[in-house]
Order: sequence, then structure tokens, then C-alpha cells
Amino acid sequence: MHKEANEVLLEIKGLFKKYDDMTVLDDVNLSINKGEVVVILGPSGCGKSTLLRCLNGLEKIQGGDIRYRNKSLVDKDVNWQEIRQHIGMVFQNYELFSHMTVIENILLGPVKVQKRDKNEVMEQANQLLDRVGLLDRKDSYPRQLSGGQKQRIAIVRALCMNPEIMLFDEVTASLDPEMVREVLDVILGLAKQGMTMLIVTHELSFARAVADKIVFIDKGKICEISDPDEFFTHPKTERAQHFLNKFQY
Amino acid sequence: MQNLGINVFLKGRNMIRLFEGLMVTARIALIAIIIGSLLGIVLGVVWTSKSKWIRSVCRIYLEMFRIIPILVWLFIMYFGVTTVLNIDLSGEFVSIIVFTLWGAAEMGDIVRGALESLPKHQIESGKAIGLSFWGLYRYILIPQAVRRMLPGAINLATRMVKTTSLVVLIGVIDVIKVGQQIIETSRIEVPTASFWVYGFLFILYFVICYPLSVLSRRLENKWNG
Repeated sequence: MHKEANEVLLEIKGLFKKYDDMTVLDDVNLSINKGEVVVILGPSGCGKSTLLRCLNGLEKIQGGDIRYRNKSLVDKDVNWQEIRQHIGMVFQNYELFSHMTVIENILLGPVKVQKRDKNEVMEQANQLLDRVGLLDRKDSYPRQLSGGQKQRIAIVRALCMNPEIMLFDEVTASLDPEMVREVLDVILGLAKQGMTMLIVTHELSFARAVADKIVFIDKGKICEISDPDEFFTHPKTERAQHFLNKFQY
Repeated sequence: MQNLGINVFLKGRNMIRLFEGLMVTARIALIAIIIGSLLGIVLGVVWTSKSKWIRSVCRIYLEMFRIIPILVWLFIMYFGVTTVLNIDLSGEFVSIIVFTLWGAAEMGDIVRGALESLPKHQIESGKAIGLSFWGLYRYILIPQAVRRMLPGAINLATRMVKTTSLVVLIGVIDVIKVGQQIIETSRIEVPTASFWVYGFLFILYFVICYPLSVLSRRLENKWNG
């Protein structure tokens, strides 16, 4: 959708990751341009979630390099607290902080971490909440919300930090089917605004609609990187073909 | 009127003396609970360390208070340590030390349990918005852990209040000791004094401990509702 910008934001080179003796990611190379929406597909356990977690410093890597704005994130002196303000992440388990109201959840990062002015952040939060249709729930506690609502709030919480890149890790995987749509619509809206995103999902038709680029991973390796239409109609590899077939009845 | 045992409280300074004794009990319990809880929170956070070595030290510290009776601790500190180190400590001071160390050990275990029971995602979500180690504890983990550990902590506080009754045995004149003295001195005139005095103590302990359990229930309801 936004192919005109060619500035590389995130670059992954020869990334290698293992848990004990099990190799999870093997020689992963990928670069993400500003404004690009990259969707990562692949069978369960192929390492796609782990890849996202590496990009946010939640997992240590054993080899290769990750560069954000040409600065290596593998150095020992990387300040992850700083980096995470630029690379936002939303998880599968929509974990809002259960002891805080919606608005407190959203304000915590911008006010306490980024030391921004509370009123200014409040205004931004209100706008974002309005955009996801949840302005009237700002004083609710997470337990009073549905899964879909919680996940939309989690997205707002991440957005309010003004990140440059957003990582979505199977954000609809634990939602009831009727709530998937409302969350995907929010992400689609972000794509239209030019947000740079890396999305791991199992929603294939959504992937096709939102992606600028599809990355197919199997057994810890990138098998293919394609244009979405091409990937869904003429996958280059047999494994991708096999994967797509499983979703058809 | 002479047979009415309740008059025992009106004789001389009896009521004031009981009140003074109560103050000693309350002082020991209160100081130990407050300092013990603060130390316990620090201990609990340290206890969640990944280092096996640190965890073992914390565990041994707790077990020393679980296995050895508090009475023995009071005796060791009051009669043993003071003579070995050749220092003079008041019974009340020793009591405060022992109860504080005990409170810290038990509180540490409660805090550790509460922290470890928190879902791992809460930590990751906190990290994802850029919180530092201390920020995570201050804004996310401690506030959530407090809610989980409250029943245990209040239970500990009431246990500590009740266990202060042991300090009599290292010569502290607490509310129970005063009660015994009153019973002794009124034995002839008021034969039923023990019923009235101990009955009064019964009510006193209830008055101190009951509000604590009401408080804990209120807070739990507030945080759950």
C-alpha cells in the first residue's frame, strides 16, 4: 500500500535462535521498510512468534544481527527500554494490567516512561479510543470488557507510545470468532494510515487484504517472501502450497 | 456488691495498669508488623531471584523461624546472645527484634508467593511499554501482588499480635502479665477475679484482631468488585 517509501527501518540479518538444543530460527533475513506491512505466515511452532519476540528483546538471540534504523540491537549496551518505545508490541493474550482502568493502562507508558505531559497524552488517548469505538469504556476495568474490547485497548495502549513499528503476535488467536473482525478492522485502519507493521496471524484472508509482503516461515527458516496476491494464487514453494491447502475445505 | 467480681477493675489503678500493659503489647506488635512487612517485601522481591543460591538462603532463613518455636528464639536472644556479647537489652527490645525477624521471614514468603503467582504476560506487557525493572515492580507487580497477598498478610498480623503473649516469659510486663498481677493481689477479696480479668483480655484481643480481619475482607471485596 505504501511502497513509495524505501527507507529501511528494521533489518534482520542471519538471525539464529535456539532454545537449549532446539533450533527455532535459522538464518532469517528480512528487511522492513517504513510504511510497509509485512505479514508472517507459517504452521504452528514454525518460529514466527519467536521472531517477533526477538525483535522486541523478549528473547535473546544466539547469532546474526537485528538493526533498527541501522543501529544494532545485538550490542550489549542496547537500551531495550528505549527501543521498546519505538517498537510497540501487542500479544495474543490481551494482557491489560488488571488493577488499572482502561485509561490508566493507556497512560502508564507515555506518562511514567516517556515523561510526557498527562493532559496531552489524555487527549491523544481519547482520540485513539474514539477511533476504536471504546471512548465510553475508558474508566472500566479490564475484567468488565470482552476479549475483543481488551485487545483493541491493548492496541491503543501500544499506539499511545507513538511507536514507529508495531508488532502483532497472533492478536486474534484467542478471541471468539465474532470478535475477530473488530480487532482486524483496527489493524487494517492502521495500515491505511501508513503504520509500519509486522503481523503474525492465522487469518489468511486478512493477511491477503492487509499485507504488502507475505513472509512464509517453516521449521525456523524463511521459505518464501512474496507479494500477497502471488503468494495466495501461485505460491513458489511446495511447503507454502501444502500450508495453504490445509486451510481449504 | 462485694461479690461482684467486675469491681476488680475499679480498684486502685487496675484499669490504667491494664491499659499500660496493653500499650506494651500493642507497641511490640505494631513495630514488628510494620518493620517486618517492609523488610518482608524487600525479602520477597529478592527471593524471586533466579539464583539458586539466593533462594536457598531465603528458604533457610524462613525455615529457621518455622521450625524453631518463637519462645526459643526469645530465650536465645534474651538470655543467650546478651550474655555471649555481654550487652544488656531490655525484654521489650528483644521481643521487637525477634518478632520483626519472624514477621519479615513469613511476609517474605507471602510476597514471594504472590509475585510468582502473577501471570508472566503481565511482565511482558509491562516490558513492551518500556518499563524498567523498578518500574515493573512499582507500577505492575507490587500493586497486583498486594491484592493477592492481603489475606495471608492480615492473617500473619493477627498471629503476631496473639503470639506477643509469649513475651511475659522474658520478663516483659505486657497486658497478660498485668492481668496476672491483678488476679494475684485480689485473690482474697475477689475470688472470681481470674474470670473477669481473663475475660477482659479475651475481649481485648478480639477488639484488636477483629478489625484487621474486617479490613482485609473489605479490601478484598473492593478489589474484586
